[in-house]
Amino acid sequence: MRADTPSGATADALLELRGVSKTFPNGTVALDGLDLDVGRHELLCMLGPSGCGKSTALRLIAGLGEASAGRLAWPNGGSAGDIGFVFQEPTLMPWATVFDNVHLPLRLQGRGRRRAGEAVREALALVGLDDFAGAYPRELSGGMRMRVSIARALVTRPRLLLMDEPFAAVDEITRHRLNHDLLDLWQGQGWTVVFVTHSVYEAVFLASRVVVMSARPGRIVAGFEIAEPYPRDDAFRLSESYLHYCRQASAALQQAVG
Amino acid sequence: MAAGDRPSRLPRRLERVLRWAMPLGLVLVVLGLWELGVRWHDTPHYILPGPVLVARTLVADWHTLYPSLLVTLRVTFSALAVAVVGGVGLAVLFTLSRWIELSLFPFAVILQVTPIIAIAPLILIYVENTHLALLICAWIVAFFPILSNTTLGLNSADHNLVDLFRLYKASRWQMLRFLRLPSAMPYFLGGLRIAGGLALIGAIVAEFAAGTAGTGSGLAYRILEASYRLNIPRMFAALFLISMAGILIFLALTLLSHLLLRKWHESAVKRDG
Ligand SMILES: Nc1ncnc2c1ncn2[C@@H]1O[C@H](COP(=O)(O)OP(=O)(O)O)[C@@H](O)[C@H]1O
Ligand SMILES: [Mg+2]
Repeated sequence: MRADTPSGATADALLELRGVSKTFPNGTVALDGLDLDVGRHELLCMLGPSGCGKSTALRLIAGLGEASAGRLAWPNGGSAGDIGFVFQEPTLMPWATVFDNVHLPLRLQGRGRRRAGEAVREALALVGLDDFAGAYPRELSGGMRMRVSIARALVTRPRLLLMDEPFAAVDEITRHRLNHDLLDLWQGQGWTVVFVTHSVYEAVFLASRVVVMSARPGRIVAGFEIAEPYPRDDAFRLSESYLHYCRQASAALQQAVG
Repeated sequence: MAAGDRPSRLPRRLERVLRWAMPLGLVLVVLGLWELGVRWHDTPHYILPGPVLVARTLVADWHTLYPSLLVTLRVTFSALAVAVVGGVGLAVLFTLSRWIELSLFPFAVILQVTPIIAIAPLILIYVENTHLALLICAWIVAFFPILSNTTLGLNSADHNLVDLFRLYKASRWQMLRFLRLPSAMPYFLGGLRIAGGLALIGAIVAEFAAGTAGTGSGLAYRILEASYRLNIPRMFAALFLISMAGILIFLALTLLSHLLLRKWHESAVKRDG
């Protein structure tokens, strides 16, 4: 654990948050002096108790709100522009087919069905839903809807993928599968991912680095690398080092809440 | 599957037939009893005509009743069309500007809560063209459910989807076209079904208020005319046509709603079992 810089400053940062605070109009202080670096190609898990401001932080990164204080910087160029966002709920348009849902980001950028078709089919193939392009969301299972949501976030080939407790609402077996698939994709595609979760086990399994947030108002209170090689599989879930990291993360979380 | 699983479950096809046959049968039974009662008591037809006489009148007077039906339907549908365009248009304006909503919504409410029968005479005085006056009356009652339902629908888009659109820098127009209008569709169609019936009622009420001045002579005028002449069978025949028109409008709009929503909306989706 790097007690001195829990934000985990890296030389090759994609994104830097410095002293970011957020106070809502109703007086709720959700974030107070959040420092965080997101390194390139990192799979960063933000771990924190419910209501500590994890979603608020992600929304600020995505440009869906203004910080009350502090600043967000993209040191190596780029902007909030090319970001993919996966919500806790699949958040699909029920009146549109899987294809049209995944097409949406490109359509909003003015790319019609024909010009975007290739990219949409590619994104669907990545999440293994090639055969369901014509289906409506209500015809899919919860896990499949989540995959559609991920495909939609990927279709613009974003440099940064933000995921806000994306698998919290699916059953455990599906969650494990989606975790595996996410790791495969992340390794294969070289993305940067910020993954919010309140599950210690999920965080340790996925992350190349974990940061722990305090209870509200949220700030980063601990951070550590998970120095385990990828690909990680079910054997990793049973390994000694997995348990060791889980204990470490749990302890940090306990301390953060307490 | 256990034997006692669904003891009262009927075969699907039989159930489908019965859904039509049961209400239809009931209507026939009521009509039969009515006819029998009238004959049994020898009720004079200027007090209560039997259904057979009403049907015969309908056929005999078809040449006057049918043009009247067309007049009433024309008023109804024009009013409904204007209500759809105006209601949806205004609802869109409301979502674009809070100020327009705040300033105009009270007028819509006032128009809605004031009974049409009380405004109709005034409108008939101020508007020279009777046909236009009738149309305005029908429009006033049909307009509000469309406006209020569509406004509600436009504002009930999933807020996470709104965020998603903002993330991708969607313009106002894209937000409206791809998110708010589709979200509002089920609400709009619900309002439209109510408005269809109300437009007919508005048209009839206005015709009554216009009375003999109703040169267009719709069905309500036929009822008034027949009542002056104590031609009760013809009153019933005209009444029958009005009810039928109302039912058909409702069924047509229900069908439209089903066709538009069947793919995705819970209200129209077929469930198994
Ligand atoms: N729009 C808002 N207005 C007021 N308070 C809010 C708003 N959004 C979130 N909050 C509050 O801010 C705190 C952090 O919320 P959130 O970021 O959603 O937490 P988390 O995602 O970690 O569970 C919570 O106490 C929540 O009630
Ligand atoms: Mg949250």
